[in-house]
Amino acid sequence: MATHAGGLTATRPVRVRDLARGFGDRTVLDGLDLTIGAGEFVALLGRSGSGKSTLLRALAGLDGEVTGSGLVDVPANSSVVFQDARLLPWQRVLDNVVLGLRGPDAAERGRAALAEVGLAGRDRAWPSELSGGEQQRVALARALVSEPELLLADEPFGALDALTRLRMHDLLRRLCDRHRPAVLLVTHDVDEAITLADRVLLLDAGRIAVDLSIDLPAPRSYRQPAFLAHRESLLRALGVDPTEG
Amino acid sequence: MTASVLTRPRTAAAEPANRPRRRLRPGRPIPFGAAIGPLLLLAVWALGSATGWLDPRTLSAPWTVVTTAGDLIADGRLPANLAVSAQRAALGLGIGTVIGTVLAVVAGLSRWGEAVVDGPIQIKRAVPALALVPLLILWLGIGEQMKVTTIALGVFVPVYIHTHNGLRSIDSRYVELGESLRLRRTAFLRRIVLPGALPGFLLGMRFAVVGAWLALVVVEQINSTSGIGYMMDLARQYGQTDVIIVGLVLYGLLGLLSDGAVRLVQRRALSWRRTLAD
Ligand SMILES: Nc1ncnc2c1ncn2[C@@H]1O[C@H](COP(=O)(O)OP(=O)(O)OP(=O)(O)O)[C@@H](O)[C@H]1O
Ligand SMILES: [Mg+2]
Repeated sequence: MATHAGGLTATRPVRVRDLARGFGDRTVLDGLDLTIGAGEFVALLGRSGSGKSTLLRALAGLDGEVTGSGLVDVPANSSVVFQDARLLPWQRVLDNVVLGLRGPDAAERGRAALAEVGLAGRDRAWPSELSGGEQQRVALARALVSEPELLLADEPFGALDALTRLRMHDLLRRLCDRHRPAVLLVTHDVDEAITLADRVLLLDAGRIAVDLSIDLPAPRSYRQPAFLAHRESLLRALGVDPTEG
Repeated sequence: MTASVLTRPRTAAAEPANRPRRRLRPGRPIPFGAAIGPLLLLAVWALGSATGWLDPRTLSAPWTVVTTAGDLIADGRLPANLAVSAQRAALGLGIGTVIGTVLAVVAGLSRWGEAVVDGPIQIKRAVPALALVPLLILWLGIGEQMKVTTIALGVFVPVYIHTHNGLRSIDSRYVELGESLRLRRTAFLRRIVLPGALPGFLLGMRFAVVGAWLALVVVEQINSTSGIGYMMDLARQYGQTDVIIVGLVLYGLLGLLSDGAVRLVQRRALSWRRTLAD
């Protein structure tokens, strides 16, 4: 079984050594090592079924039933954003945001978090009254209101349309610059990874196969030659010919 | 684009213009719709009595029932018996609801709880409340204790079944959310489990309130010296159909009222839900 040790060195919030995970006979993660620094934004790419979600769930401590081994060292104070907003339909928006909070100032902090994601004044709404993008913003507020040291996000924008997705990129980047959590963002989208992350990892055959630092000035775009170069090398590593389509 | 513009007039000629989309919902609620059926029934009854088609010894006329009810209220028999009955029903309902809910939560949240609790309740469910009365009389006598116990036994089963089902059908993603937020057991219960099971619980309550009045009939007509059931049983011995009808109408009204009360709670407590009926 994996060890889950809470809190540690301020400089390296996430340390994973020799992590293995499998379902039945099928090995998904195999001797994986991973380190994420404080405030570092890491994007994780990988083919479908390569084990990205499995890794994220291992970090989140949500894989109690999965067999595996290895050392997982993550801050006790970490938050998860799921692909679906996963708001409780029977709680109003504000109550959803403060779900994991305790203390007398919870409502106050919840309102501030909602204002940060541009949903001030919607605290009494039911989740079903919000659009998909708004629901995902509530989920972001819920994840950040506890000031986590680590934010784990599994394709949080996967269900959104392209335009909303771009808005969410801006929002996420701004929020992360302000709160400075370490971030592990799982995504399918190479452009999303390069646009947002300080470092892009590629998961293949149960390990981190590519570890690419992205050192581009903001705003990042296709117009930067280095952007295109990164894009090309990542797509190649994913087995896609970047000159096609 | 052009093609669709051209074809449009042709379809319009074949079918009425801007034919509304077929609605799959039941449509707008009818004002006072719930009263229509009962009023119709009442009209048939009144007509039957007025034309002499209904023998008063078989079924008293509605107006006789009304005057009898007036007399029963005036001499205090009806209010006294009603108070006794209502107290029994409320007590049995309260106890049964608490037991049913607690057992459902125990069985819903732990495998051991389910293993221990669920089987006996399924067995109890197969035994009619009426069949238990002889045994309960032997154990508890014919006093209030026996009556309240019978009612509680009838009530807790639907509350348990529906609450348990509601609990079990809570989406596991919400449980995972609770784990990811490191919710404590109490917060998990309060924020996720109980609200998630509330629709099931309230459905169970609708069966339970009606069941409480039904069980009341059973116990009051067997060994009783007070209550509406006793009043009706006494009327049977003297052949007073009007009093029996008053009792029946009363049972019906009480059942309707309590069901309506639960539905009102349902509508207010589940306002977050959008359903076919809305
Ligand atoms: N609960 C499970 N039981 C059995 N096999 C599982 C389970 N969860 C995941 N797997 C398997 O583990 C492998 C990795 O799954 P995972 O969900 O981590 O992939 P992923 O990289 O997140 O894929 P995607 O990009 O499609 O989300 C897959 O082959 C999947 O079939
Ligand atoms: Mg996945």
